[in-house]
Amino acid sequence: MSLINRNQIIETIDMVEKEHFDVRTITMGISLLSCIRESAEETARLCYDRICKKAENIVKVARELGEEYGIPVINKRVSVTPASILAANFPGRETALAKAFDKAAETCGIDFLGGYSALVNKSMTSFERSFIESIPEALAETKKVCSSVNVGSSKSGINMDAVKLLGETIKRAAELTRDADGIACAKFVAFCNAVEDNPFMAGAFHGTGEGETVINVGVSGPGVVHHALKNLKDASIDEVAETIKRTAFKITRAGSLIAKEAAKRLGAEFGIVDLSLAPTPVIGDSVAHILEEIGLESVGAHGTTAALAMLNDAVKKGGVMASSSVGGLSGAFIPVSEDIGMINAARSGAITLAKLEAMTAVCSVGIDMVAIPGDTPASTISGMIADEAAIGMINNKTTAVRVIPVPGKKEGDSVEFGGLLGSAPIMPVSPYSCEKLVSRGGRMPAPIHSNKN
Amino acid sequence: MRAIVTVIGKDKSGIIAKVSSVLAANDVNIEDISQTIVSGNFTMIMLCDLEKSRLSLAELNETMRHTGAEAGVSIHVQHEDIFNAMHNV
Repeated sequence: MSLINRNQIIETIDMVEKEHFDVRTITMGISLLSCIRESAEETARLCYDRICKKAENIVKVARELGEEYGIPVINKRVSVTPASILAANFPGRETALAKAFDKAAETCGIDFLGGYSALVNKSMTSFERSFIESIPEALAETKKVCSSVNVGSSKSGINMDAVKLLGETIKRAAELTRDADGIACAKFVAFCNAVEDNPFMAGAFHGTGEGETVINVGVSGPGVVHHALKNLKDASIDEVAETIKRTAFKITRAGSLIAKEAAKRLGAEFGIVDLSLAPTPVIGDSVAHILEEIGLESVGAHGTTAALAMLNDAVKKGGVMASSSVGGLSGAFIPVSEDIGMINAARSGAITLAKLEAMTAVCSVGIDMVAIPGDTPASTISGMIADEAAIGMINNKTTAVRVIPVPGKKEGDSVEFGGLLGSAPIMPVSPYSCEKLVSRGGRMPAPIHSNKN
Repeated sequence: MRAIVTVIGKDKSGIIAKVSSVLAANDVNIEDISQTIVSGNFTMIMLCDLEKSRLSLAELNETMRHTGAEAGVSIHVQHEDIFNAMHNV
């Protein structure tokens, strides 16, 4: 049968039917710079119109592509220019933009819209501070809007004033959505070295270095990788790495084909394929289970960081061979509530925040979807952000924090977010204070190796 | 444009006739066909030309899904490019 053989056809069908292979997201990045006006109302109206015009067909095209290639496209999303820039003329009125974004997301039928964001990695203007202060209301009053703030970079250091502010922001977002277990925090992420072409939520935004309209695609397939490793019971670790690499190649090629076709049909530029292995709470779609298949009794055991480093690297090597436009976050995700293996490990106490932090040094993207006690002080959350940002800054990689201080809940309780956000036990945080460090403010200087010119 | 039609399920008489008559009725030309039965499981793979097809690929996929449901087998229709992309460097 021409160049394609029977086994390859059956393998592809099995990947979708039995191993949960899918295109996790088609994300359209839209520049809204041309919508900036003096007033909040006019800017919001123009943003709404432009998003609806550009993303009008994204749901239809995603469905068609899923049907034609036989690989389902799970999420349809939009990312926009960081809203703090759009709102510079009207501090105090920023949430008008969030509402316009939410309405546009509803009109287009997309799952999420990212970009209620600010980039304050070196310093903050007064309008950016006002913008960050608006984030809790923006998230509490909308359904589909996601927000992110970049607080540091390897080149600029860490903006500790912003880190302090974000601890308070996360606490307030949780409080405003107390009735829904602080769900607003699941739509917010604090970054160091944020990327401009990330298709995944909650951290997607359309950077100012990007073009008019861009299609970025996030592939996935933890189940496919897991399945491939099941046949390698006695193989050495380099054989395991090789198998992961080959599997990642196939997954990425499928994503790349669909990304290019989506861009063509939507009249947009093809941006990147993001190689991240993104789990879902469904059984058979877990990154933790891959690590356990490699040889851990439970994720969180000693050896977890090593196994994850190998997995992450092998996925990148296979993916880079498969597509010349690799970008976004491109690393294995380890969200706790969204991965059944991680949920189980957190419940049994096999994984702790300290181990999660160590794991983020070798993968993307950080302390992700971790539920913590509702009475955790804002400064402790800031401390968590500072730790992650420091790992990112020193290692020239993206790191992030997405934690939910669940109001009224304490260690040992559990929380149910529903859908792809999953469920999670409340994990204990260090009881010791970092209040003094956080309240110092200022800017942590960039590391010596940032001086490369 | 060419598509790969895959039929997988329990073996019974008339599967090929049923599938090929639906394809013919929609002017889809079968260029190549292969089938095997492994321990009672029927697998048929067809390479089809959709140049003159009355239906778009997505529509054909939906039609064949119904045909498969009636016949008690699972049928997929996929653009051949997906297999070329994933399995050939």
